[in-house]
Amino acid sequence: MAMKMTGEYTLPADRETVWQALNDPAILEASIPGCEEFEKVSDTEFNALARVKVGPVKARFRGNVTLSDIDAPNSYRISGEGQGGVAGFAKGGALVTLSDAEGGGTVLSYDVDAQVGGKIAQVGQRLINGAAKKTADQFFDNFRRQLDPDHAAPDAAAG
Amino acid sequence: MARDTGIGARVKRVEDQRFITGKGRYTADLNRPGQAHAAFVRSPHAHAKVGSIDKASAMEVPGVLAVFTGEDLAADEVGALPCGWAITSKDGSPMVAPGHPCLAQGKVRYVGDPVAVVIGETLSAARGGAEALEVEYEELPAVVDLDAAQSSDAPLVHDEAARNTAFEWELGDKAATEEAFAKARHVTRIDLVNNRLVPNAMEPRAAVGEYDSGTDGFTLYTTSQNPHVARLVMSAFLNIAPEHKLRVIAPDVGGGFGSKIYVYPEETVCVWASSKVDRPVKWTCDRAEAFLSDAHGRDHLTHAELALDEQGKILGLRIKTKANVGGYLNLFASSVPTYLYATLLSGQYDIPAIYAEVDAVYTNTTPVDAYRGAGRPEATFVVERLIEVAARETGMDPAEFRRRNFVTSFPHQTPVIMMYDAGDYAASLDKALELIDYSGFAQRKSQAAREGKLRGIGFSTYIEACGIAPSQAVGSLGAGVGLWESAEVRVNPVGTVEVLTGSHSHGQGHETTFAQLVADRLGIPMTNVAIVHGDTDKVQFGMGTYGSRSGAVGMSAISVALDRVVAKAKKVAAHLLEASEGDIEFKDGQFTVSGTDRSIDWTSVALNAYTAHGFPSADLEPGLKEGAFYDPTNFTFPAGCHICELEIDADTGHTRIVNWVAVDDFGEIINPMIVEGQVHGGIAQGVGQALLEHTVYDESGQLVSGSFMDYTMPRADDLPSFSLDFTVTRCPSNPLGIKGCGEAGAIAAPAAVINAITDAVGHEDVAMPATAEAVWQAIRKSPAREAAE
Repeated sequence: MAMKMTGEYTLPADRETVWQALNDPAILEASIPGCEEFEKVSDTEFNALARVKVGPVKARFRGNVTLSDIDAPNSYRISGEGQGGVAGFAKGGALVTLSDAEGGGTVLSYDVDAQVGGKIAQVGQRLINGAAKKTADQFFDNFRRQLDPDHAAPDAAAG
Repeated sequence: MARDTGIGARVKRVEDQRFITGKGRYTADLNRPGQAHAAFVRSPHAHAKVGSIDKASAMEVPGVLAVFTGEDLAADEVGALPCGWAITSKDGSPMVAPGHPCLAQGKVRYVGDPVAVVIGETLSAARGGAEALEVEYEELPAVVDLDAAQSSDAPLVHDEAARNTAFEWELGDKAATEEAFAKARHVTRIDLVNNRLVPNAMEPRAAVGEYDSGTDGFTLYTTSQNPHVARLVMSAFLNIAPEHKLRVIAPDVGGGFGSKIYVYPEETVCVWASSKVDRPVKWTCDRAEAFLSDAHGRDHLTHAELALDEQGKILGLRIKTKANVGGYLNLFASSVPTYLYATLLSGQYDIPAIYAEVDAVYTNTTPVDAYRGAGRPEATFVVERLIEVAARETGMDPAEFRRRNFVTSFPHQTPVIMMYDAGDYAASLDKALELIDYSGFAQRKSQAAREGKLRGIGFSTYIEACGIAPSQAVGSLGAGVGLWESAEVRVNPVGTVEVLTGSHSHGQGHETTFAQLVADRLGIPMTNVAIVHGDTDKVQFGMGTYGSRSGAVGMSAISVALDRVVAKAKKVAAHLLEASEGDIEFKDGQFTVSGTDRSIDWTSVALNAYTAHGFPSADLEPGLKEGAFYDPTNFTFPAGCHICELEIDADTGHTRIVNWVAVDDFGEIINPMIVEGQVHGGIAQGVGQALLEHTVYDESGQLVSGSFMDYTMPRADDLPSFSLDFTVTRCPSNPLGIKGCGEAGAIAAPAAVINAITDAVGHEDVAMPATAEAVWQAIRKSPAREAAE
């Protein structure tokens, strides 16, 4: 089943800093909720293992993450495909765009288009959008902390 | 005693004592020494090529004993699941029906298609292994939409099935039907969707397969409606073991509704794998798996037309139906939208010309097969919606319009194979009209309107063909099996009786009704009768329970065997009473020499049959045991009239059924309480289809109504207290006069509900399931809206 989601976050760092962070495996690993492994294969390819919970379905998704359409420091497409064992699969991607925020900082906007299948679609379909939104919020909360560990400021979120 | 327990008595169900006290013994309750557990790895994709499967990834999980894939089954020459009923297309070509591999062979064709099995020491180990198993898929475009599946650019589910078409079949006289429409004064045309249903028996499927290397024999405990057919298929088509080396036991089974007729991949794999790991292998389906893997029901798209003359007499009927068969043609799937569907399109009506075209269409969805009613609910929905709409369009009262077109003399040969043998359709209609107070409806409707409610009334004067079925007839139509039934009556030396039947009870109450028949005929207490079923080592052969056949066919076999037992017992009695066999009368458990007071009771005859002292050995064998294979001479034709009266809240679209009258003619009734229970359950299932149940796939073939969070089953508060009554025309084609009652409610109900809702909202554009939202939308388009406001 298709899952679409868009959102926007304002981050307390300049565009170049945010861009560097978005390309830093260590920061991504620390930001992805439930991430157990994040391994760099090349500058644009990574292998990941993450624990995911959608309603009653819990699974560990193993998959690859690829960065493409890179336009530094403005935008890239992050796409991936993961297998969650009996829970099913998820695949798709997000277009991530950065722009300067008024009064400093950077606005990150994303546009997700993903497909999920198997048990996660069967049992979790009513819950999946909520779970995805929650995961995105957690990701950016973690990401913001990585950018500015001393000044984690929840009120900066404007998703 | 027979009056309390015999035919016609309202005897409480014998089996309920154990069911309601937790003493039932279901497959999941069975645990065999040394047993291992199976977990199936299923495709998360609707359509994909299966690439490499890394068994080592699962074998590393502690407690995993083995991993098997389609390759392993192929190496052992385990066959694919076949379709057992051959249908020929109108151009003369045979149906295209590739077998369903028990584990995928290169390709998966629906979400849930089994790909591999992991056998573990514990269920947790097996599931852990299934979780860890790495399977590569190459996703393919899926075809999901039935209406689009036959287009030339649709992806192919099976390469050999062009346009995803399994067969294009026809029935009836096309030219005569065209002629009827050419001279029609009025033609009614409708398009109908018969929504796909998930069966959801209370007990999910389960299996324990056990191999005995000492005897080289297999035992399979499983949730089957027909264990002998399961054994036959596993032996003859799947190559698991020859029949004498395979014992299939179906213990207590908690509902089937058709879904447990078939042989499935999981049960087959469990019994096969038990020899590979040399341990019993157990599998119990969970509810999420059941949604994906139990054969679904219905799923038709139909265009239907009815031709009338100026007096409102029906001249002809024609339909074109697309039937979704899912990813594979399941065991009886080809018969459901053909010979169990189009043969009932004459309904209760005298229709001179009928022509039906049915295309069976593959899609990347769970296979579809028989579900309570199997083809007959679909036919009734078409006929009864057409009749109701035609009556409205021509300004006739729907009851009167039906009466004008009823078949009134029997036997009646329809243009679509069936010969109705007995019935009185006007009698059921009249009784139902009286019970619902039809003449008071207009007043009730205006009262409801004053309260902001839309009140509607809908009829369904249905017919079904049950007592499935004469072997000669079904053989000529393509069935791969005969549909007789067997029985054996064993009398013990103390006069108690064991009846071995090929029918299988999974909620029908056979232990009660079959014992009532025996008690009635032999004049012994019901408690002296045991009904034995569901074990291929005990019962020689049987065709099982479905199609409302256990009464009409299964009990008829018992009846014939009882006749033979009584005949033999009379010989014994004649010997004991030193009388001529022809002078012995048997009544109420006593053998009497006609015209004398010399008699001997049942128990003494039974004992003497086994002591056999002084038997003239040339003429009289010891023992008292007889069997019968009974083949019916015709289908049976239960019929009746259901009337649904309901109220819709105009603001919310919520439908409340306020009254339901059912007057059914099931022929002779053995136990009215059990029959009423069958009607109640059937109506509940039919109302579920009409108002609540909907199987939804998204465009990629994911089942998004795959749990009880999204798939709504009917509950007690969705239903009124039913008002039931019966009329009786005895069935002439079996010795007991029984027609059958198991499916009637599910067959009759959907049309009655939708006819009532469309009556209430004032137009015909209401599809099933008529959820509150759908009805609310329909009200927005409704001329009745103003009336309520």
